Amino acid sequence: MSEHRTPVNLRGLRADDPHLQPAARRPELVERVLALSLLVGLALVVGFGVCYWRDAAPWTLGATMGGGLFFLGVGLVGWGKYLMARGPFVEERHPLASAPAERDALAAALVERGGAIVKRRRVLGGLLGGGLGAFGIVALFPVLRSLGPLPKGTLFHTDWRAGSYAVDQTGRRIQVGDLAVGSVVTVFPEGTQNTDRGQAVDQTILIRISNEDFVTEAGRESWGPQGYLAYSKLCTHLGCPVGLYEQQLQLLVCPCHQSMFNVTDGAVPEFGPAPRPLPQLPLYIDAAGFVRSQSDYHEPVGPGFWERS
Amino acid sequence: MSDVSPSGAARPHGRGRYGRVSQAVTELDERLGVARGARTFLDKIFPDHWSFMLGEIVLYSFVVLLATGVFLSLYYVPSSTVVTYHGSYLPLDGMPMSQAYASTVDLSFAVRAGLLMRQMHHWAADIFIGSMVVHMARVFFTGAFRKPRELNWTIGVTLLTLAIVNGFLGYSLPDDLVSGTGIRIAYSILLSVPLVGTYLAFWVFGGNFPGTVVLERFFILHVLVVPLVMLGLVGAHLALLVRQKHTQFPGEGRTEENVVGTPMFPVFMAKTTGFLLVVTGVIALLGGFAQINPIWQFGPYEASRISYAVQPDWYMAFLDGALRIFPSWSFHSFGHTIPLEVTIPAVVLPGLLFGLAYAWPALERRVTHDDAIHHLLDRPSARPRRTAAGVAVLALLAMLFVASSTDVIANFFHLSLNTVLWAMRVLVLISPFVAYPIAYAIAREMHALHGAGKRKTPNVVTRSAEGTYEATPAPAFVDDVAEELAPAPVPTFIEEEGPAVAPRPSRGTRAVDR
Repeated sequence: MSEHRTPVNLRGLRADDPHLQPAARRPELVERVLALSLLVGLALVVGFGVCYWRDAAPWTLGATMGGGLFFLGVGLVGWGKYLMARGPFVEERHPLASAPAERDALAAALVERGGAIVKRRRVLGGLLGGGLGAFGIVALFPVLRSLGPLPKGTLFHTDWRAGSYAVDQTGRRIQVGDLAVGSVVTVFPEGTQNTDRGQAVDQTILIRISNEDFVTEAGRESWGPQGYLAYSKLCTHLGCPVGLYEQQLQLLVCPCHQSMFNVTDGAVPEFGPAPRPLPQLPLYIDAAGFVRSQSDYHEPVGPGFWERS
Repeated sequence: MSDVSPSGAARPHGRGRYGRVSQAVTELDERLGVARGARTFLDKIFPDHWSFMLGEIVLYSFVVLLATGVFLSLYYVPSSTVVTYHGSYLPLDGMPMSQAYASTVDLSFAVRAGLLMRQMHHWAADIFIGSMVVHMARVFFTGAFRKPRELNWTIGVTLLTLAIVNGFLGYSLPDDLVSGTGIRIAYSILLSVPLVGTYLAFWVFGGNFPGTVVLERFFILHVLVVPLVMLGLVGAHLALLVRQKHTQFPGEGRTEENVVGTPMFPVFMAKTTGFLLVVTGVIALLGGFAQINPIWQFGPYEASRISYAVQPDWYMAFLDGALRIFPSWSFHSFGHTIPLEVTIPAVVLPGLLFGLAYAWPALERRVTHDDAIHHLLDRPSARPRRTAAGVAVLALLAMLFVASSTDVIANFFHLSLNTVLWAMRVLVLISPFVAYPIAYAIAREMHALHGAGKRKTPNVVTRSAEGTYEATPAPAFVDDVAEELAPAPVPTFIEEEGPAVAPRPSRGTRAVDR
């Protein structure tokens, strides 16, 4: 048997043309293999029905359905590849482009008919275009503006106020004796711990770094009473919670992109893509021993944005 | 009237030569006039090459996505309303969580085949975008995007963009701890856009993060808006393929004026339908055996919680990698902030990459001044500069992909994070410049090889009676045989009467003039 086969046009071939013969050298063998594949496929598809009916484990559903479709598919692909006309066949590509005369006719129709419409009616066209254009622009306002509120000042402040109690996720007020040196807890201004905004914006990480008042930098002399430091938990890179505290290195680590902030010197970023220190919340400890905030953060928390100075 | 008229009775309504099939064809053709067009379609020739199968994987995983997605949408509740969980997964019992998360857990455990469908959907999405990228690489490296197919390239790039966007939207819907963190990062990326960023973020999220509408909005975008646009574009992509006919690799008997391969019916139909089943089957096997996105282990999203090794799905990883390695170059001046450490890797970089993809056909034409129509594909080695450029971009993307695991790499190899970070920065920056000359040199070498691009034919060694050996080249393979193509006019696929009937155009058959 020669491998020499020229591609021929499909149309007009006689039934005994070698191009229409099966591609397989031993079609009977292929038939048997394909029959086996289709049989396995059929059995598995039925098995899928049984497994589904009996509410079997998910992996059995995947195995029977996937295996069934796979073997049915293999049977069909093999059928097409080995038992159908082996070809190769050829067909002509006809040029996609029309004759130049037809193109000219189209251009002429566009220009002449179009010209007849526009002729001396440019004002009408201008008005129509202007009206539709204006609608397009005006329609943008309700479409966009209705989607949400204006940012206004909401990105500039949190719910921490002068005298806010720091509470944990369950709402329990943090007292001075609660944290051992070297431990941390996530706190919220009292009343917001279960709100979306409290969770997303006000979240603050409270660290006990020593037993004495701690000063992170000049101007923050009173912010760290009895070794309690509070930083915004929002990474200044992309707003992930800075959830890992590396106690020995005194680093807060953001698990998203590995920014690291040194808690002893005002959470200055020591590593990674974060551009700014975590804002520090000024704390005081009241007469009853509760940890409270002196005021809101002195700068916007979280990632950067255009309006931030 | 016509019921009783003799001419009506005499019309060839009943069984024709091929019985019911003739009848059905007649009924359809009398109403729609489809016989000629459908015949042409059945005879349509598809070139054979394994790489042309890549697009089929894309198409069929899209089919699986639509089917499994409809199933999931019957059980998923797109709502951020907080509920206390009392469902079938006991470890989460009594926890507060969004209805979205609760319904996703329940559709995984309480709905029959729910977990299988969810995992199939996720696997199909990953395979969809993966095969899309490989298909795009095939089209790029073989020059299939050249005139007249620039429009289809543009549609393809748009489809890839939409697929990535929709993948992210769908990944966000379960509202688990990992995907919620991803939404927060997306919010911050929107926020980083100069001038309009805050408005953009507030209008997408309906307010400051997390807002109350984001899951509902993502849901309708994910299940309706984006898929609808994609469905239209897929239709256009295929329609253009049919209209312009498929490209083919050069070979003997293959010219710019013909297509050599297998006919639509029955060969290609059998193979491609079988392949649909195979692709679906493989995805189902993955869905059954390979766990993906076990959201019940991550727990519901709480904005103040986070887990270790937070990484997006693979197709977003290059952005994550860029965000990790970009230095902290925030711009503060004139009372404004431009967070360049976010804007450049997450907004400018993807903009440049996709802009380059859109512009490539025009850019290449500007260099080559090639205005010809191309139906024969390039071998990548024959176009070393294009090939090297493509490899350079792929190398850059691969390094960015690796960079999205800096923490895992550092942990695994016991290296300092700093070492890994700097290594990745260097690798990302130099990878295109290293990859380009290497790919260029390899392509040039391959092209210069004797017989490059042709199939190798073995020698047949025979031993004569005297014991001498002689090597003669084996017969050439089909595609390598040079012969003129003979036209063959009769339009029947299988001639029933066999060789006895000579093909005559007058005998009810016609030489089709297309």
